[in-house]
Amino acid sequence: MSKPKFSEETLEVANSIIARYPADRKKSALIPLLHLAQAEFEGWLSPESMDYVASLLGILPIEVYEVASFYSMFNLKPVGKCLLEVCRTAPCWLRGADDLVDYLEKKLKIKVGETTPDGMFTLKTVECLGSCGTAPMLQCGADFYENLTQEKTDSLIEKLSAANKRSAYTKSNEITI
Amino acid sequence: MGRKLLLEHDGVPGIETLAVYRSKGGYASVEKALKTMTPDAVTEEVKKSGLRGRGGAGFPAGMKWSFLDRKSNKPRYLVCNADESEPGTFKDRYLMEKHPHLFIEGMITSSYALGANTSFVYIRGEYYYVMRVLEKAIAEAYSAGWLGKNILGTDYSLDLYVHIGAGAYICGEETALLESLEGKRGNPRMKPPFPAIAGLYASPTVVNNVETIASVVPIINMGGDEYAKIGIGRSTGTKLISASGNINKRGVYEIELGLPVEEFIFSEEYCGGIPNGKKMKACVPGGSSVPILPTELILKTAAGEPRLMSYESLSDGGFVSGSMLGSGGFIVYDEDASIPHGLYTFARFYHHESCGQCSPCREGTGWLEKVLHRIINGHGKMSDIDLLVDVAKKIEGNTICPLGDAAAWPIASAVRHFRSEFEWYINNPDKVVKMKHGFYSAKNSLVNA
Repeated sequence: MSKPKFSEETLEVANSIIARYPADRKKSALIPLLHLAQAEFEGWLSPESMDYVASLLGILPIEVYEVASFYSMFNLKPVGKCLLEVCRTAPCWLRGADDLVDYLEKKLKIKVGETTPDGMFTLKTVECLGSCGTAPMLQCGADFYENLTQEKTDSLIEKLSAANKRSAYTKSNEITI
Repeated sequence: MGRKLLLEHDGVPGIETLAVYRSKGGYASVEKALKTMTPDAVTEEVKKSGLRGRGGAGFPAGMKWSFLDRKSNKPRYLVCNADESEPGTFKDRYLMEKHPHLFIEGMITSSYALGANTSFVYIRGEYYYVMRVLEKAIAEAYSAGWLGKNILGTDYSLDLYVHIGAGAYICGEETALLESLEGKRGNPRMKPPFPAIAGLYASPTVVNNVETIASVVPIINMGGDEYAKIGIGRSTGTKLISASGNINKRGVYEIELGLPVEEFIFSEEYCGGIPNGKKMKACVPGGSSVPILPTELILKTAAGEPRLMSYESLSDGGFVSGSMLGSGGFIVYDEDASIPHGLYTFARFYHHESCGQCSPCREGTGWLEKVLHRIINGHGKMSDIDLLVDVAKKIEGNTICPLGDAAAWPIASAVRHFRSEFEWYINNPDKVVKMKHGFYSAKNSLVNA
């Protein structure tokens, strides 16, 4: 794999983010830049991607690793094209989040934490996403899919499969279910 | 109908745009503050209003502002805490998504009061799409001259940025938030120094919740004294309540503080009661960190007085028979829901979210999760119940930040009020293993949800 490098467009966005912070506090841009890196480099942060972000900010690679490993949205291993994150904290649990997890496991024929053999879906459970009033729900990319039923879940999986695109927190999947 | 100050224009088409927001009188507080008031006079109105922090702790906002070191020659910062992650809480998301300009207006007026020329909104990473909504509204505000240099032709200039997080409940703790904004792990800082003296980049900083900031708008428009007339006692104004769980009408409601809890849960105007003819069993009234109360104690205090939605009434009885208003995350459990199982999801949450800095929290939350896991899977021992309480006690008060307390309090209250349910789990392992996902009667919520 060639060394990771932002496209010109992304580099421009990255530089505009860096410019928000005092010149001697560029490190503040680290988390926003890691989001850009994860979106641009196949949904996860390889050591090479993290080293690249370190070089953009003029900080040590270890300063990036220790941050990337702290925050739950950063994937330090490859994930499927669509990362399905099902919330299951109490308000979601009360509305059937565990049924949703069961249903997805059965439908996708994988367990939580696994990726489908075609590399399309990774199933993950997460803690409260602030969608308690519209539970059960899951997040995929920037989008929240809420008040899920079996039918809506089927429709979501079908449409994501058909679109066959990599989801990212930075953009919408532009799918309605 | 209760009075609406924040959600007054809820449902107005296009209210997220500057043009429609302006047509409803938007940005009047900025005009009033910048043209007719000194920054200190704005702070004074917020003090008079009695507004208390809406993030959960309920600390008087005006007093927090008055602690800001105004003599330092360093830049001063206002940082808005939009890291809303307390289970059961989704009001800030609603406010920012539906009413971005109200929130931005509050940021400008508040930044002016504090003498901040650069302000940040720290928003949780999962709300990336909400950041886009805010950025769009901020761009509109810049083009119309509400942000940027010499706002309304005055000497006051302000730059406002949204900073994205990446999934960490702990970053809702204000010093962890500042660490994260500086590009570090979200480990809370030792206090003192408090952020008012040394916050972001070691500069004087105020950190306020989204709803607190938005509330500054009506306060400046109507005056602090008028605002203080709304509500009850020291619980002034209105509060956004996130209602979830087993109720008919889930969602975000703006209530006047002092509304009876019974009316909130059962009236058609608000939650509309419990679905499927079930009985209500319990309620967590202020987000996952506050004590759970059984129905009889959430509707009435131990003394038999009606319980009200206010800081004072919800905490009446202390932790023996009361709870807290907290973030206003109102989670209702019906009779089918198991208290030990619900508690397990909270323990798992806190274990996952502990930053790992303090041993009592890092280790203790793990123990709580493990012990509860074996109880809800039919492997519990009778001594486990007191073990839970013991571990919780050893976390409480022994950590740098309140996450440890937040993990401990739900444990103590669940065991205090629902001990017999824990005992049933331990005495009936054969029945426990047959339960599906912690419900006493079988159902599949995904069908006809």
